Amino acid sequence: MALIQIAEPGQSTTAHQHRLAVGIDLGTTNSLVASVRSGDVSTLANAEGQHLLPSVVHYSSTDILVGSSAQQHMITDPMNTIVSVKRYMGRGAEDIAADTAHSSYDFSQTQSSIPRIKTRSGDVSAVEVSAEILKTLKHRAVETLGDEIEGAVITVPAYFDDAQRQATKDAARLADIKVLRLLNEPTAAAVAYGLDTGNEGIIAVFDLGGGTFDISILRLQKGVFEVLATGGDSALGGDDFDYVIAQWIIEQSKIQDFDAPEVKRLIMQHARSAKEALAGSEDIEINIESAGAKWQGTLSRSQLQELLTPLVKKTLMSCRRALRDADVDKEDIHEVVMVGGSTRTLLVREMVAEFFECEPLTDIDPDTVVAIGAALQADVLVGNKPDDEMLLLDVIPLSLGIETMGGLVEKIIHRNTAIPVAKAQDFTTYKDGQTAMAVHVLQGDRELVTDNRSLARFELRGFPAHVAGAARIRVTFQVDADGLLIVSAREENSGVEASIDVKPSYGLSDAEVESMLRDSIKHAEDDMHSRSLREQQVDADRVLEALDSALAADADQLLSADEKSKIMIARQTLVDVKDEANIKDIEQAIKNLEAECEDYVARRMNTNIKNAMQGHSIEEYASDPASDAEEEES
Amino acid sequence: MAITLTEPAAERVKSFLENRGKGVGLRLGVKTMGCSGMSYVLEFVDEINPEDEVFEHSGVTVIVDPKSLVYLDGTELDYAKDGLNEGFQFNNPKEKAACGCGESFTV
Repeated sequence: MALIQIAEPGQSTTAHQHRLAVGIDLGTTNSLVASVRSGDVSTLANAEGQHLLPSVVHYSSTDILVGSSAQQHMITDPMNTIVSVKRYMGRGAEDIAADTAHSSYDFSQTQSSIPRIKTRSGDVSAVEVSAEILKTLKHRAVETLGDEIEGAVITVPAYFDDAQRQATKDAARLADIKVLRLLNEPTAAAVAYGLDTGNEGIIAVFDLGGGTFDISILRLQKGVFEVLATGGDSALGGDDFDYVIAQWIIEQSKIQDFDAPEVKRLIMQHARSAKEALAGSEDIEINIESAGAKWQGTLSRSQLQELLTPLVKKTLMSCRRALRDADVDKEDIHEVVMVGGSTRTLLVREMVAEFFECEPLTDIDPDTVVAIGAALQADVLVGNKPDDEMLLLDVIPLSLGIETMGGLVEKIIHRNTAIPVAKAQDFTTYKDGQTAMAVHVLQGDRELVTDNRSLARFELRGFPAHVAGAARIRVTFQVDADGLLIVSAREENSGVEASIDVKPSYGLSDAEVESMLRDSIKHAEDDMHSRSLREQQVDADRVLEALDSALAADADQLLSADEKSKIMIARQTLVDVKDEANIKDIEQAIKNLEAECEDYVARRMNTNIKNAMQGHSIEEYASDPASDAEEEES
Repeated sequence: MAITLTEPAAERVKSFLENRGKGVGLRLGVKTMGCSGMSYVLEFVDEINPEDEVFEHSGVTVIVDPKSLVYLDGTELDYAKDGLNEGFQFNNPKEKAACGCGESFTV
């Protein structure tokens, strides 16, 4: 039996075309799925009425459990129960090796740089574990919405790099979910509050979850959110709040054997419920009674604030840093959005309000706000809203460019540019008589080709031969709303054209993902140095190229044997130093060579002018200024 | 000629309209197509067209275009739950045959 939802005016679908879409918050600790029904957005619950799905996957000998049923195995079977798998998404084996002190999993030794966790039912990757969580959410959505879903918007942290985003997409593909778009978590939260349709300006998103803290500074401009800066602490959250309260209970109660697991758990439970109760009352009585411990006491709100203040101050320090990175002042922030269960704590709200000098937005449940925003965006993307309400929220995550001489990257479209977009840039030839040019399309923000991701290569062939620098090749990059990139090259004098279609963030093979992982290792600080060195080397090559072709043409007529040998010595010096890594040496060698050639260059110039002017009068040149302008055009 | 809403359906419509923040009522209609001839339309209404028929029932303004009314007269709109799924359902006495899913029908 099909049950019908109310559509927007004129947006009714015909039977069996439901355009159902969901938003998914794939979280470190908990995940959620939300959808818009009859114009009303809400998170979807399972049959037991639970909205939050713990991001826990348990591999038993017979099947795979996800959520609270998996959580029950965390203590008894930790090696086969995977928690917080999001921390490993898109990370290489080296990244995780640095972190194994904190993780209890057994990573299998493989040649591949994609780490796999050993479990009872075989080795699994972070992508596969995440896919299990997504499958569970998808199943819940299909049950609740009564039909197959057309697609999903999945949220990712703003700081996720391309490899981590791709891993998230791969997980969705494994779960048989079509990704309409990946959306940054802070952007989703802002969308949930309708800030995307509000005034342009700068927004801070303060996200304090169970175990992580993220601060993002966004700028909304022309309907597009741009991430100006992100910051935070991957090991600070509500669990730390519980811990300091538990410490206080231990000190107050003088409970001796608080190391016993059951006593510890009991104290932590009391700490947590005291924290939650104090959001609504001035003080709370704590009664601990178990075999090993007995204590009764009162925790007041002011005592709680005293305990938590140092932790909240830490988050504000991250905020200050993020503001500095974004190069904005506190007064520039016009909205603060609160995300994550721990922002329910009154002290957090008060201190954040005080810090930003503005009342933070807290009306929407901070646990679900990200999923809500994702669902609203998904609803728009499948076409359930009239066109004029269509939002464009996508920006290019990494710069796109082409390879130029010396293995350098010339960026054509810079990161954070809103799509759709088209940009063109003119290039020229490097050698005399060149009739073809290779176009190597790259993605990334590093200076050298080797540090960026190669997307495609093609050749523009068969344009007429010119002297170096005379051909004019216009390279156009065009990215449509789906992120499809079309690169075309056209030699303007002859009209010769070539082009290629690329999907920058889709269909990556494992090998490519691996190479991207290597690339995504922290940007080397010597990038700038490499760039200047390569530029200097290219310059040296250019000088040598020009000199050699000049020498071949007229050295015998214009140079004495002595002059020529001096030039050849300076030339040799440059050849010797140009492949070494010393910028100064190359620079000096170029200068020396140019100095040696000064007379030669002057003589060539005079000869050329003489040849060109033979048979013409001076007046002829003076009377036709237009011809000069035309010359430059063509 | 009349169209009615059950109590749960009326409550839902009112709360959805309130949530949406704008709109004057609810449009019921039929569209040709679907696997069994016709399919139902259920939409929010921002503007009433001059030819529309307007009913009031259980505090809800129901809007139907005259062509659809021929097929919908006597229909009761209900709100039902089916497992985790919930939504509106047309109880139409004129409906003679529906496709297996009940989304499209013939009269």
